[in-house]
Amino acid sequence: MSDADDPVIPLGARSIADAVAGGTFSAEQVVRAHLDGLEERDATVHAFLTVTAERALADAEAVDARVAAGVDPGPLAGVPVALKDNLCTRGIETTCASKILEGWKPPYDATVVERLRAAGAVTIGKANMDEFAMGSSCENSAFGPTRNPREPSRVPGGSSGGSAAVVAAGFAPLALGSDTGGSIRQPAALCGVVGVKPTYGAVSRYGLVAFASSLDQIGPFAGDVADAALLLETIAGHDERDSTSIPDGAPEISIHLDDGVDGLRVGVVTDLLGDGIAGDVAARVRAAAEALSAAGADVGEVEIPELAYGLSAYYLIAPAEASSNLARFDGVRYGLRVDAPTTAEMMVATRTAGFGPEVKRRIMLGTYALSAGYYDAYYGKALKVRTRICRAFERAYADFDVLLTPTSPTTAFELGATTDPLAMYLNDVCTIPSNLAGHPAMSVPFGVGDNGLPVGVQILAPALGEVPMFRAAAALEEATR
Amino acid sequence: MSDDTVLSDSYVMVVGLEVHAELATATKMFSGAPNAYGAAPNTNIDPVTLGLPGSLPVLNKRAVELAIRLGLALNCTVQASVFARKNYFYPDMPKDFQISQYDRPIDVDGWLELPSGKRIGIERAHLEEDTGKSTHVGGSGRISGADHSLVDYNRAGVPLLEIVSRPDIASSDEARAYAAELRAILVATGVSDGRMEEGSMRVDANVSVHRPGEPLGTRCEIKNLNSLRSLGRAVDYEARRQVEALTAGETIRQETRLWDEQSGRTATMRVKEDADDYRYFPEPDLVPLDPDEAWIDEIRASLPLLPAQRREQLAQAVGATAEYAHAVGVVVERGADELALALIESGAPGDRVLVYVEQHLGEVDPDAVDVAAVAALVAMEVAGELTATQAKKVLAVLLDEGGTPADIARELGFEAMSDDALAATLDDVIAANPDEWERFRTGDDKTRGKLTGFFVGQVMRATSGSADGGAVTRLLRERA
Repeated sequence: MSDADDPVIPLGARSIADAVAGGTFSAEQVVRAHLDGLEERDATVHAFLTVTAERALADAEAVDARVAAGVDPGPLAGVPVALKDNLCTRGIETTCASKILEGWKPPYDATVVERLRAAGAVTIGKANMDEFAMGSSCENSAFGPTRNPREPSRVPGGSSGGSAAVVAAGFAPLALGSDTGGSIRQPAALCGVVGVKPTYGAVSRYGLVAFASSLDQIGPFAGDVADAALLLETIAGHDERDSTSIPDGAPEISIHLDDGVDGLRVGVVTDLLGDGIAGDVAARVRAAAEALSAAGADVGEVEIPELAYGLSAYYLIAPAEASSNLARFDGVRYGLRVDAPTTAEMMVATRTAGFGPEVKRRIMLGTYALSAGYYDAYYGKALKVRTRICRAFERAYADFDVLLTPTSPTTAFELGATTDPLAMYLNDVCTIPSNLAGHPAMSVPFGVGDNGLPVGVQILAPALGEVPMFRAAAALEEATR
Repeated sequence: MSDDTVLSDSYVMVVGLEVHAELATATKMFSGAPNAYGAAPNTNIDPVTLGLPGSLPVLNKRAVELAIRLGLALNCTVQASVFARKNYFYPDMPKDFQISQYDRPIDVDGWLELPSGKRIGIERAHLEEDTGKSTHVGGSGRISGADHSLVDYNRAGVPLLEIVSRPDIASSDEARAYAAELRAILVATGVSDGRMEEGSMRVDANVSVHRPGEPLGTRCEIKNLNSLRSLGRAVDYEARRQVEALTAGETIRQETRLWDEQSGRTATMRVKEDADDYRYFPEPDLVPLDPDEAWIDEIRASLPLLPAQRREQLAQAVGATAEYAHAVGVVVERGADELALALIESGAPGDRVLVYVEQHLGEVDPDAVDVAAVAALVAMEVAGELTATQAKKVLAVLLDEGGTPADIARELGFEAMSDDALAATLDDVIAANPDEWERFRTGDDKTRGKLTGFFVGQVMRATSGSADGGAVTRLLRERA
């Protein structure tokens, strides 16, 4: 996928940062090379909704000036990064891939964007996504789908499909996405890159346009495990602007990547290797278990039957929160307004024209689930299931340090192939439980399926278990080399 | 008394009040935007106030402290609480949901004691954020018929405490007394400035009527009460309306009604069936609020004396009985009770001190008063060295320029009139007004009271105000 003639593109984030800090390349050279690459090839992939070339080159110059002045340019010096288009960027259009926010330029940067810039990274544009992060294929973007760079007739997954495609296509070595029910891990798996959903509260959500507040978490995409660790270390850490931000959410990960997995207790979740999981995918998960065992891990099997209820609970809780979070898009203050004789009619007309069908479906679901007379039966019961799943994980983690599952039931599917919303929701069956529990989880590429497309293996860990999770990921990556 | 006159014998009214108090914080409930009244429209705003996509609420610690303060002042239990979202669409509510406390409010189960001694139960007090303000321009001036609307978000996100009483209020006078006392407590504790005219204290009344011994009637909620006077009038009107309806065989519909000050009536605003389903659920962007006991104790220890305690303290110092209750109440309300106590401490008689402070020192900054000098002045008046009128003039100079009352009195040429001179003047006045004197001599107490004023006034005029009104009254009684 990478451009063999270009000396910059094949490099990962760490190599670029070292080269820029050491003066081998200028940041400007790095950024230009990536901008040229995406200009040539993003017409096919459509990973970006907005490319901020001028701003990126200006930021690169600033990095070069720091290097020239002998000032530390930061751990991500000159590294191009793409941002999912639900992360607020000051003065740069932030649409959530929705017509209702088309043209909206936030007056502020998300905390993660501030932290990236402080680390010397150069943001080059806003990545495509399913509208308001609702979807698993990137086909729900109001501005057209993204294609899988590995096989353009296939979807990149979603909702952070654009971010995954950016990294897979080499448009940037790093990207940020958001994960509410698997929206980082599933596209990472389908595009053959590393994707991480951190512990809930580890990364500030300030400036992330909310889908489901109690489930949303921002996380990294990278070409390899070490780059993902570096990006996570850059964006994690307490932020007083997010009340759910936790104090110890930023452990040092990179220094542990070479620790190996000797004695690490790995549980293969058997419930997620049977019905509904493609045989070639399940086979890769078993192969991953063997690889970890060969590397010294204590691998066993674990049954967690409660996970089967995760999908149902999730599709009540997430839409319920979304129905409230998305109420503010009413045409009064920003974004689309469709004029009508009265305020109420204007709101209805604006929302009718501005939201796509999947967003409307979830707003309706969530509104219903919270309605008087239905709350206990739906939302209330879903919260109980959520608690049950947390308990079930607690039981599993008494015996294991990390768990192993597929990330997605299948490899990348054809664009337009999945039209039934419920069938689409099933893509999230392996990823949702970690969001419900607030636990970290990540997807690591581990070979290919029968069709030659990438398969992702998912590693799950308890809250703040990023270090053992990354150690297992590094071992799997090592096994594929 | 309205509670005796409003309702026919067979009905009593039951009133509960919901009071929204804006908290006296520097910044808003969930952001650092300023909480200030009267700024240019849409200047006290930030991304959180506007509910911009991606913005998140962060709880204002000071607002929590003030909520605990009021809770303790109202004898409530302060408990772990949870914020919830109240969902409904309205243009002046930036997120189209309000962050409020629903099934777990911060303060529960307290009471407020009225000056009469009656206790009104406090069901709960909960924290929430205020909305912005819409102005509807052109057409009918209401949202439905206006040409366009303007929204000012300065007030959006201002911290509010909603204080809900139990339905223990039995008359419009009690409703007013409750609201006045609650305002006094809000101000004394520094929780709110309690200004009804600026909307920093807003009162809604739930009113129902029923026959004693029968179940409570259906209640109506009355909104748009912008003063204590409106509150009293609206409660009386509404109770009377309900009794009339019931007497006519109609049933009361549960509804929200709007008070119209001009017409003195309430009118249907919306009926219960049309009420929004608010779809409350726990606010996922905030964590549960669980203030620790040590902090609550610290706040408890920092509470000032409350109005009821201050009234009690002053009344005891005055040695006053019920006849001074009103003056005591006024003095405490004006925050002049410490001055009054200091004057009494300096030896001035309590009853005269109350009169001085209530009538002459009401508008004066208590801290700027020379307590010893004023106490000496009161003593001179009590001793008959100065008349009340003269003492008032001395006091004016004393407050303006300072000095001692004795020096000022001398400079002003005030010497107490001798009893003989006063008696002679009075006799002249009696001789000049024989009809009035005859009516005074033969009249009942009421007539005498009226004519006493007349004679004192005439003597005052004849002596250019240097006579002692009390002495004239005494002489009149002796002569008759």
